[in-house]
Amino acid sequence: MSKIIAGAAIRGAHKLVKRAETALAEAIAQKGEDAAVEYPNTAYYLPIMLLFLGQRVKKLGDLEESLAEARKLLPEVPSDEVWLPYLGDTLDAGVATLIAEETIEALKYAVGPGPAGGLWLGFTDDATLRLQGIKLVDGRMPGFAAIVGRTGTNREAVDLVRGLQERNILVFMAGHSGGRAIAEQLAEEGIQMDWNTFLVPYGKEITAAVHSLNFAARSAMTFGGIEPGDMQAARRILLYNKNRVRAFVLALDSDPDTPKDQLISDEKYATAAGAINFGFPVISDVDIPQILPTGICTYEHVVANVPLAEIITRSAEVRGLTIKIEKIPIPVPYGAGFEGERVRREDMFVEFGGKYTDAFELLRMKHPAEVEDGKIEVVGPEIDAMEQGKAYPLAILVDVAGRQFQEDFESVVERRIHEFISCANGIFHMGQRAIIWLRISKDAQRKGFKIRHFGEILVAKIHNEFSTIIDRVQVKLITDAEAVKKPMEEARAVYSQRDDRIAGMTDEDVEDFYSCVLCQSYAPNHVCIVTPERLGLCGAYTWLDCKASHQINAHGPNEPVKKGECLDPVRGQWKNINDYINVKSNGNLERFNAYSILEEPMTSCGCFECICAIVPEANGVLIVDRDYTGMTPVGMKFSTLAGQIGGGTQTPGFVGIGKLYISSPKFISAEGGIERVVWMPKALKEEVAGRLQERLKKIGREDLLDKIATEEDAETPDQLLEYLRKAGHPALRMDPLL
Amino acid sequence: MAAATATLEYADRASREMRERAAARNIPTIWDRYEDVQPQCRFGKLGICCRICSMGPCRISLKEGKPPLVGACGADADTIAARNVARMIAAGTAAHSDHGRSIAHTLRLAADTDQADYQIKDEDKLRALARTYGIKTEGREARQIAREVASAALDEFGRQEGEMVMPTTAPAARQRVWKDLGIYPRSIDREVVELMHRTSMGVDADYRNILRHGMRTALADGWGGSMIATELSDILFSTPRPLRSTANLGVLNPRHVNIIVHGHEPTLSDVLAVMSRDAKLLERARERGAEGITVAGICCTANEILMRHGIPIAGNFLQQELAVLTGAIEMMVVDVQCLMPGLSELAKCFHTMLITTSPKARMPGVQHIEFREDKGRAVAREILETAVDNFAHRAAEKVYIPDAKERLVAGFTSESVFRFLGGRYRATYRPLNDGIMTGRLRGAAGVIGCSNPNVDYEKGHIGLVKELLKNDVLVVTTGCDAIACAKHGLMRPEAAFAHAGQGLQEICRAVGIPPVLHLGSCVDNSRILRVLSNVVAEGGLGEDISDLPVAGAAPEWMSEKAVAIGFYFVASGVYTLIGQPLPMMGSENVRRYLTEEIEQEVGGKWAFELDPVEAAHRMIRHIDGKRQALKLKPMMYAQAFKSEG
Repeated sequence: MSKIIAGAAIRGAHKLVKRAETALAEAIAQKGEDAAVEYPNTAYYLPIMLLFLGQRVKKLGDLEESLAEARKLLPEVPSDEVWLPYLGDTLDAGVATLIAEETIEALKYAVGPGPAGGLWLGFTDDATLRLQGIKLVDGRMPGFAAIVGRTGTNREAVDLVRGLQERNILVFMAGHSGGRAIAEQLAEEGIQMDWNTFLVPYGKEITAAVHSLNFAARSAMTFGGIEPGDMQAARRILLYNKNRVRAFVLALDSDPDTPKDQLISDEKYATAAGAINFGFPVISDVDIPQILPTGICTYEHVVANVPLAEIITRSAEVRGLTIKIEKIPIPVPYGAGFEGERVRREDMFVEFGGKYTDAFELLRMKHPAEVEDGKIEVVGPEIDAMEQGKAYPLAILVDVAGRQFQEDFESVVERRIHEFISCANGIFHMGQRAIIWLRISKDAQRKGFKIRHFGEILVAKIHNEFSTIIDRVQVKLITDAEAVKKPMEEARAVYSQRDDRIAGMTDEDVEDFYSCVLCQSYAPNHVCIVTPERLGLCGAYTWLDCKASHQINAHGPNEPVKKGECLDPVRGQWKNINDYINVKSNGNLERFNAYSILEEPMTSCGCFECICAIVPEANGVLIVDRDYTGMTPVGMKFSTLAGQIGGGTQTPGFVGIGKLYISSPKFISAEGGIERVVWMPKALKEEVAGRLQERLKKIGREDLLDKIATEEDAETPDQLLEYLRKAGHPALRMDPLL
Repeated sequence: MAAATATLEYADRASREMRERAAARNIPTIWDRYEDVQPQCRFGKLGICCRICSMGPCRISLKEGKPPLVGACGADADTIAARNVARMIAAGTAAHSDHGRSIAHTLRLAADTDQADYQIKDEDKLRALARTYGIKTEGREARQIAREVASAALDEFGRQEGEMVMPTTAPAARQRVWKDLGIYPRSIDREVVELMHRTSMGVDADYRNILRHGMRTALADGWGGSMIATELSDILFSTPRPLRSTANLGVLNPRHVNIIVHGHEPTLSDVLAVMSRDAKLLERARERGAEGITVAGICCTANEILMRHGIPIAGNFLQQELAVLTGAIEMMVVDVQCLMPGLSELAKCFHTMLITTSPKARMPGVQHIEFREDKGRAVAREILETAVDNFAHRAAEKVYIPDAKERLVAGFTSESVFRFLGGRYRATYRPLNDGIMTGRLRGAAGVIGCSNPNVDYEKGHIGLVKELLKNDVLVVTTGCDAIACAKHGLMRPEAAFAHAGQGLQEICRAVGIPPVLHLGSCVDNSRILRVLSNVVAEGGLGEDISDLPVAGAAPEWMSEKAVAIGFYFVASGVYTLIGQPLPMMGSENVRRYLTEEIEQEVGGKWAFELDPVEAAHRMIRHIDGKRQALKLKPMMYAQAFKSEG
């Protein structure tokens, strides 16, 4: 710490704790000590208090205790001469600051007005944390940047966040400089800011920056499986963040009325001191004092005076980020940050597919002689010949060749087309196979985006990601209505053959299952075992995906595991699998059952698509997905349920699953399978209905789907039982679960 | 021997002024008496005079051209020199350890009743130490635990079977070295007794065998007696935390009753320091015409109460007489160790009352008020009241207090490093290890030890320390070197910007520390062992203390305690440099063993160098060698001294 920073941070901590105390006193005067205080949809109470104090804050009165602890942490401001060591003190002041800021932000929810509104999003709930967290987990996002302040011009703001998006860095924004925040600058430029674009504006006040840190705190609890409670746990959570969550703070522009050698407000330094406890360094574009020696962070703690043009590169160095910068030869920015970006009708230049035209994508393996690497062919009108606002047909035909390539991998690579194309700024893509829908924005068209650029993206990305199995890629793009028809029919036939092949594959058919330890960077004790009939709980990795992944990189996160002797065919337990998980979970697990929810079920990293939980009253199970934020009949929301099973622990009665597993014949088959399902959120039920109906048809239970309750039918056990009785749900007559 | 020409030209201003003042008044001090004993016995200096039996004294001639002689019994220079050095180790170990033993007794007293004058001040540390001894802590009261900890500590002294427990806190690799060499200590008293036995007439004649047991004895000091003294003192009197204070004779207040506490143990001085703020006593002082009471320390008693209470330091070993010479001292209360008998004559020139308090350390003709732990407060009150009453006898015309004092930051411990580097939640040594690994810090050095009239006062300490700082070596210090550094302003955090290299400056600026860290008294050298163990445990700098880029020095050593300390550092794997050589230079074999061969056995070795800058360079060369062996990065910034190769 430079003494200037230490002094400022400690002063800031004092001010913020005072402010929080005042705000709390007012809130209690208004609502009483017993009034509830909580963030929406989280199982982690106020995560900062849970992390540092092991405290489960539920009512306003609890916050008095939190602030009393914060006050105890407040050190003296270093003296002008013969000062005492201040590094540790400053870090403690940072913790006090975060407790104060969490109090101030939580009070906004308890007392109002709520912090979310306009462009500000406020607290990130657990569902989003899990959904987005997986990207930090599997390395798709190298880290996150918490931006505090503003840039000189709006142009610089746009360039900066585009640069961060291109490098797939998640961006949090909070705080302002001289009354102006970078999020406001971006809003003026019409930049879409939400979780889809990885641009997350938390709030205008610096206190909202605490949301990036309560996000980080929950990452450790969710994915790291660290049970908060005491000082040791707090330390482990902070070190988890230092070692695994590659985040950093960008402090942009100076604040008015601050001393010349300080430049940035006391409160911002105080918040930065809190972030440094997590190992998150600060990089600034103004000339603040630097803290170069390392130790609390992995590298430098505060680096200053970095020109905006270099700030991302420098930040990556300071935080030790590995960035794969992808230079795709297209005229628009490219990166995962653009993957979830929408193109609204009014911003659209042209569109393809959806309900308007025929459009599909198909990837086939060919003989090398038939594939001219890098060849891109456009059949039909290019974008220059298209009319604004119109819909055109589109065929995306990708041919690949490679010595190691197998036909089984076609669908694996094809499924990535969505992600590859979506990552271009101003291009919207959804769906797969023959149900795709694409839009090109006016902005992209203005920048010179052409139809052939879809080909450029695919050639570059497929080479990039699948270099070990694919040597040649060529792309044909058809925009002519007549020319699309025939290949589309052929494509449908291919899809159907593939489905038959994969749908027919059972766990008994194969010798090897695949492991997935992709999440071990975040959840070190968790290991997924992926079988043909049970895909990874994140929903992203089927058995075939894992097989392909192993082909691509034999030392990667997926490897084949010989099943060995079957110890229990009903519950799904194999000797070699047990031995393997014992080693790979660092001795955490001795055995698990692939098909059981009750006895030694599979563990979860934390990024499951759905949770399946038993409902003892109904003698069945419910399934809830992470998009559903309402109450379930077991009296817990998704977020609370999720808190029970993440981090590689085995919790009988609860299991994290991928959506596709619901229609698998092996779905909790040890307990009776699909007929045990008594409740699902309506949206989930609709989403899986197609596949599920097919499955039910096979077992002659087509009537079951209607008997499964949704939130419209029941939110409590009593309502659920009543519904099930009326509907005559089979679970009620099955063997007792418990 | 040219030592008699030693000057005070490098010393602090207060010492120079007071020395001149004494000379002007024809009052002899240590420097005068030192001149009077010249020339000193050459055989004694070289360690080749044997008087362990009455066939002797036998002196071994070193005249060139003649075969080396042997003593009457046939003992050669090697045996004699080794025995002499070993007996110094025994004495030093005994001194530190006896100090540790009395603290252990005090802890037991505190455990017996909550009415005792001593109570448990650091329960966390008590519990941590209990875990070392395998004592159950869960759900138990502090006093219950303290009783067993005190017993376990006392067992370390007299254990008849098995080995000591405290050294199990050393890095595993280090313990293996000791076991392999057969020098893992068994019990403190046993090693001292065995050493005295081995070196008595007609027992051990193999110089290596003698010195290896010397190391074993020294380890029983550093990782035993001294460590027990430090750990239990922290439990009883609280573990120090960084704090501010002042040092040098200028801390004495002409309008106050001035009481000097001098010696080494905190038991009495801690109570004295606390009780001197008692309202009734202050009232009594005012009635006698004084405006207040100042307690200030000399030597390691000073360091003990400085570290825990911020009590100012009047001076170090060579300043004990100079303090009396101010004529402003109502009372000098002494306990044990480093007390010059010459004080008694000197005190007679002033109104100063010299009071001995330990039954182990009395002086003829000096008033004795015996201190007992079971009535600490009562004795302290008696002493303080007597001192206050003596204010009336002060002769104003004899008072001269030099206007010299310096501010300082002290109170560093192996525990506080964790806290001030990482705060409550990220408590860590990482920034220190990182500092060394990335080349901001070249390494660290412990500079400790006495002052000695045989060298220019403080030239060795300050010259060495400044040269180390200039080359980005962080310095930790204890004892009289610490006081020297304090007086010279090196313990102000600002000193980093005046004296340190750029890398060290950056570390000091980041953490807010002075470039020289005060770790306490001479038993607190055990804190340095703890720091080194913690650095090893933090990781990245090897598996053992001997892998670390560190070195130790006692440039102006004098006491037998310094010999014991030096040996336990060498045996712990540390390169240890002292100014005047150990008294064994009459034996080439012993010299070679201690300065060369011993490194193969324990990783550390001895070095002797009087020139402070060259001494620093030799330490830095060693540090650079360790950096190379660890394949650490080159230094981040240009270094003032470049070691070749």
